[in-house]
Amino acid sequence: MDKFDQLTGIAAPLPIVNVDTDMIIPKQFLKTIKRTGLGVNLFDEMRYDDDGNEIPDFVLNRPQYREAEILVAGENFGCGSSREHAPWAIKDFGIRCVIAPSFADIFFNNCFKNGILPIALPQREVDLLMKDAEKGQNARMTVDLEAQTVTTSDGEVITFEIDPFRKHCLLNGLDDIALTLEKAAAIDSFESQATQARPWV
Amino acid sequence: MSPKTLYDKIWDAHLVHEAEDGSSLIYIDRHLVHEVTSPQAFEGLRMAGRTVRAPDKTIAVPDHNVPTDVDRAKGIENEQSRIQLEALDTNAKDFGVHYYPVSDVRQGIVHIIGPEQGWTLPGMTIVCGDSHTATHGAFGALAHGIGTSEVEHVLATQTLIQSKSKNMKVEITGSLPPGVTAKDITMAIIGRTGTAGGTGYVIEYCGSAIRELSMEGRMTVCNMAIEGGARAGLIAPDETTFDYVKGRTHAPKGAQWEAAMDWWKTLYSDDDAHWDKVVTFDASEIAPLVTWGTSPEDVLPIDAEVPDPSSFEGGKVSAATRSLDYMGLKPGTKLSEIEIDTVFIGSCTNGRIEDLREVAKIMEGRRVKDGIRAMIVPGSGLVRAQAEEEGIADKLKAAGFEWRMAGCSMCLGMNPDQLAPGERCASTSNRNFEGRQGRGGRTHLMSPAMAAAAAVTGRLTDVRELAQNDVPA
Repeated sequence: MDKFDQLTGIAAPLPIVNVDTDMIIPKQFLKTIKRTGLGVNLFDEMRYDDDGNEIPDFVLNRPQYREAEILVAGENFGCGSSREHAPWAIKDFGIRCVIAPSFADIFFNNCFKNGILPIALPQREVDLLMKDAEKGQNARMTVDLEAQTVTTSDGEVITFEIDPFRKHCLLNGLDDIALTLEKAAAIDSFESQATQARPWV
Repeated sequence: MSPKTLYDKIWDAHLVHEAEDGSSLIYIDRHLVHEVTSPQAFEGLRMAGRTVRAPDKTIAVPDHNVPTDVDRAKGIENEQSRIQLEALDTNAKDFGVHYYPVSDVRQGIVHIIGPEQGWTLPGMTIVCGDSHTATHGAFGALAHGIGTSEVEHVLATQTLIQSKSKNMKVEITGSLPPGVTAKDITMAIIGRTGTAGGTGYVIEYCGSAIRELSMEGRMTVCNMAIEGGARAGLIAPDETTFDYVKGRTHAPKGAQWEAAMDWWKTLYSDDDAHWDKVVTFDASEIAPLVTWGTSPEDVLPIDAEVPDPSSFEGGKVSAATRSLDYMGLKPGTKLSEIEIDTVFIGSCTNGRIEDLREVAKIMEGRRVKDGIRAMIVPGSGLVRAQAEEEGIADKLKAAGFEWRMAGCSMCLGMNPDQLAPGERCASTSNRNFEGRQGRGGRTHLMSPAMAAAAAVTGRLTDVRELAQNDVPA
């Protein structure tokens, strides 16, 4: 997995609540058997018209946000399905950090498996970052995972909370499966005990 | 011992390892796999030279892409869909997991066939790369959706790295009035608590109205725990559960059944267990519900009117404005005056035999209104066969419904069953998101009884009025 430590980049404002996974990547793009190539279809139905032309008003189509690496959005971001295609599309577009007042559980988990940092902050701090993001490409935010801070283009510093295990994995780009396989003995021993206790499983 | 919730008990029984930072390794009893969220996971295993640790606990079935035309011999026209199904076929065979291919009569929606085949049992941990895995919680199993990276993790290790959720109790007291069903319970909860109300929690549904539900109804309630934001929804097992499970193909038999029952009967929340959040409803106050917007929390009783966005607060004002624009609705319009084009009956929420019986009951002596496209997609080949055996299928076909083969179908429109732009659908599925059932398609969620009523009148309709005013011939 790609590491995430520090990122300075353009933040795109998406002030919509309940951005769901069907908005992030509609179902017709779930037919792929690959993890890559979904960036062009990120927010497809908001980004393109029925003929496939770009809708100029959509934030990621505006010239100043085409290279965005951070997304600032409304509450309950990523609600809906478990499709990991959502974080795959976000990452493939080039966004490595999503900031919102809250996230849906499965989407939040999926981000960490893909080197994306989801940051949950109180509404008023998200509002402040949203305003900063609305300034466009000259306004660059900095996200520092080690220090757990987001710094606005004006130098205002906001701190965020993160689960220590997830932070550790993201900073070091650790592969969950390899980590778990180090505990193979514990799994073996659990499995043999469980088979005795609940043989019908 | 300190008192525990049902969730605590299942968690403790599956805890392999707990790190100092609180992240835990949980053993997984059943891993359900479908074609959309698994190809990258199997590919990951191959690249790393890994195998499936417990193929006997892994069950694969194609459902999302499967066409529901009666003639399955035609195969799949869409190339990408076909490739995805072929990938599942190859992966299931290469890695030796249990598999129900499209040609198997037992094929169906993964969350319908798990319980149907007896793979789903009380007290288990069950995961699937699909958010509606919450359905299996109806058996008192801890069941939730995971992403594809986690699918790969479970395939390789039969465990999942988790941090424990908080405990939330949702109690539904009293009894449901006539015309009100399990779907209305679960929609009422989301309407009250919102789509993020359950975030960070595992919900246990309890109370007399839940106890009175059949297993099918309980599955409908738990299915939409995810729409309420919860990681999982649970219902403590009881005689209804045991009766449903007993005799199913993969349920324990003989002495093992007795041993299992001994444990299953301990699976309830202790009286003085700690709850982080409690929500209580009186079932008698729940009316038949429909959604008006593009979030499952946009729920109102059928006798209400389309709300004015200015009646909301915060980000919901612009969200409601956007929803109404997408849905082509004006504030103040009576919900019961909204005309529909299509009726979809099916999905992991409402594609079980009881749902089809409910529709058949409403359709007794009635017909689908001319010009309305009404389709029934049974949740599995066996549900379809049972409905045919009971004579329901013939009645529904005679009433004007299309009678299709099993799959996810128009719940998410990954197969050819989709809405056209602007087309409006009375749907028994679980999500009314923009574009969910087809680009530009407009979805109103409701119970099978309400969808049947809409099929009869061609508009959103209070099923209770239909029963009163429209005496069957």
